[in-house]
Amino acid sequence: MSHSKLASIFNKDEKRVDWHDKALWFVRHKRDKSVHNVKGWEELRNLGHGIKAHMLSNLDNYLIQFEENAKKNGVEVHWAANDEEHNKLIVDILKENNAKKIVKSKSMLTEECHLNPFLEANDIEVIDTDLGERIVQLAKERPSHIVLPAIHKNRHEVDELFQEHLGTKPCDGDPQYLTGEARKHLREKFISADAAITGVNFAIAETGGFVVCTNEGNADMGAHLAPVHIACMGVEKIIPKQEHLGVFLRLLARSATGQPITTYSSHFKKPRKGTKMHIIIVDNGRSEQLSRPDFRASLHCIRCGACMNTCPIYRRSGGHSYDATIPGPIGSILSPGKDLKKYSTLPFASTLCGSCSDVCPVKIDIHSQLYKWRQIITKETPQPFIKKQSMKAMGKIFANPSQFEIVGKIARWSLRNLPKAVINSKPNAWGKARDLPLGPKQSFDEWFKERENEKKS
Amino acid sequence: MKVGLFIPCYINQLYPQVGIATIELLEKLNVDVGYPSGQTCCGQPMANSGFEYESNGACSNFVENFKDFDYIVTPSGSCAYHVKKHYDIIPQTEEVIKVRNNVYELCDFILNILKIKDLGASFPYKIGVHKSCHGLRGLRLGSCSEVVGKQYSYIEELLQEVKGVELMPLSRTDECCGFGGTFAVTEEAISVKMGKDKIQDHLDSGVEVITATDTSCLMHLEGLINRNKQPLKVLHIAEILNSNL
Ligand code: SF4
Repeated sequence: MSHSKLASIFNKDEKRVDWHDKALWFVRHKRDKSVHNVKGWEELRNLGHGIKAHMLSNLDNYLIQFEENAKKNGVEVHWAANDEEHNKLIVDILKENNAKKIVKSKSMLTEECHLNPFLEANDIEVIDTDLGERIVQLAKERPSHIVLPAIHKNRHEVDELFQEHLGTKPCDGDPQYLTGEARKHLREKFISADAAITGVNFAIAETGGFVVCTNEGNADMGAHLAPVHIACMGVEKIIPKQEHLGVFLRLLARSATGQPITTYSSHFKKPRKGTKMHIIIVDNGRSEQLSRPDFRASLHCIRCGACMNTCPIYRRSGGHSYDATIPGPIGSILSPGKDLKKYSTLPFASTLCGSCSDVCPVKIDIHSQLYKWRQIITKETPQPFIKKQSMKAMGKIFANPSQFEIVGKIARWSLRNLPKAVINSKPNAWGKARDLPLGPKQSFDEWFKERENEKKS
Repeated sequence: MKVGLFIPCYINQLYPQVGIATIELLEKLNVDVGYPSGQTCCGQPMANSGFEYESNGACSNFVENFKDFDYIVTPSGSCAYHVKKHYDIIPQTEEVIKVRNNVYELCDFILNILKIKDLGASFPYKIGVHKSCHGLRGLRLGSCSEVVGKQYSYIEELLQEVKGVELMPLSRTDECCGFGGTFAVTEEAISVKMGKDKIQDHLDSGVEVITATDTSCLMHLEGLINRNKQPLKVLHIAEILNSNL
């Protein structure tokens, strides 16, 4: 279904839209308050942008450096060209270690690779340990936001869900009780886990170490208890040096939630005695995106979610309306690179207001890339005949002043003289909720000519 | 200094009063204004819809009409932005480059080229400023809430000098109104919801008149205000700056 269809379904419940909008605006506002207090914030953004651009231009070298150093640290490094290879590698590692119960902290990459269904099909239990992710996992949904996966659910829905799956008592959506129960439930899972899977926020080429950021400490809890830790990362998670962490950790937390620092920035380097650590480095379309000059900067993304919180469309259409792993503005420039036809409506789910580009901590020109995808989509995917023809006609009219004058006259006459019921009738999406302007008798052109004539006479 | 006036296609046809206020205002400020009669549209409607290649003719026609002026002034941040940012699809001749460099949104031109602030206008109403996105984040006609730095706003600077104007604060100072060109039709539900929320913000603040540098945003808001019979008026900034009430 197109974004606009799914969005209009979401909009049938205006109260929910208002609540969703306000919840995310609140996060955006917190971000503002926090970044406006940082001296040199814009410089920090420039640095973040610069480091990522440099990294992407030297990606091959940094990846090799990272692999070397990680291996030296005693970590096993694997490479996956695509989602299939990624999933298979993981299952192989798990089988080797006889692991049947897995805890997983947040990782959009494993979401992108559809790892959970694959593990389940292999008789492996996988529990998402981020509270929001656990909620959507229980609801058999996908995250609707990359930082706040269950932002589309209110506490009463969570209450019902927990009653059904965790056997909690009805509590009128009491958040304290619900999180307490979730904690108990997850602790059991942590203690009995055979392996832990985590994502990677930053992988440092210079040291072979990597950093995972969570607010709940669930990545640590999983990785420190289980005998096997598998960390999955996209190739673009590399940063050259340890010192660059200072730039990105400051940018990430403030942009994501307005916190000065994420509660847990967990640094992993080598396996504990008697345990194993694996890193899976995944391409899955990233090098293809890297090959597109207009879109390569989309790989700068540090997944802070700020572009979602700020996007007036995202806030009012909900993450699921994008029907993609990564929703919102950044998703709308990443997804068409994966499947142009399937995601062809996403770059149009924007007014090109530019708020995303200005909020983005690594200065991705998101709205310009949306514009560029539009130009490609109209050429490379089938377009409705009427749309194509009307654009062609418009192009001709605007290239020809005398035609423009005639068409303008007819349009104004119609607006003035046709009954409102006709003007605002069904095929006119403008008129469903909005009036059209009254057609003035005189255009500016005509007024101007009249004035010139009067001057002469 | 020869100034060419560009009146966007929909203003020309649907809101001639905005064009009239613009030319009267510029003439009041002793600007030598020319209005080339062959002008049509900057090409934005096709380009933003993904049909940039159908807009080549419109772009060339624009350049042809305005190549001989020192400045091109238009009561639309959005169109000025389009010429500046997206006219890279036609060959970059000297004329094209000149036109792209010298196109100005009206407030920007008055404040930064003419260097005039007080236009002698008076307009005793409570005003809510809608900061149209292409002007704000494209042309940087003001600071936006996302970026850290000096706070400024050309349109507000000019309004502050208008006698009787009371500028009303909004809770979301620069959120998009939801017009977005064809977006208004293809994403009808969201577009309308964004507009409604925007209007509510102005109503909550006690605004009587919403103004902006772009009539397109105002047309969208006015459509909703009229349909829902809300106690608000919309006026383009040129109409206020040209008022003497
Ligand atoms: S594109 Fe920028 S703002 Fe959006 S999630 Fe990525 S880093 Fe954050």
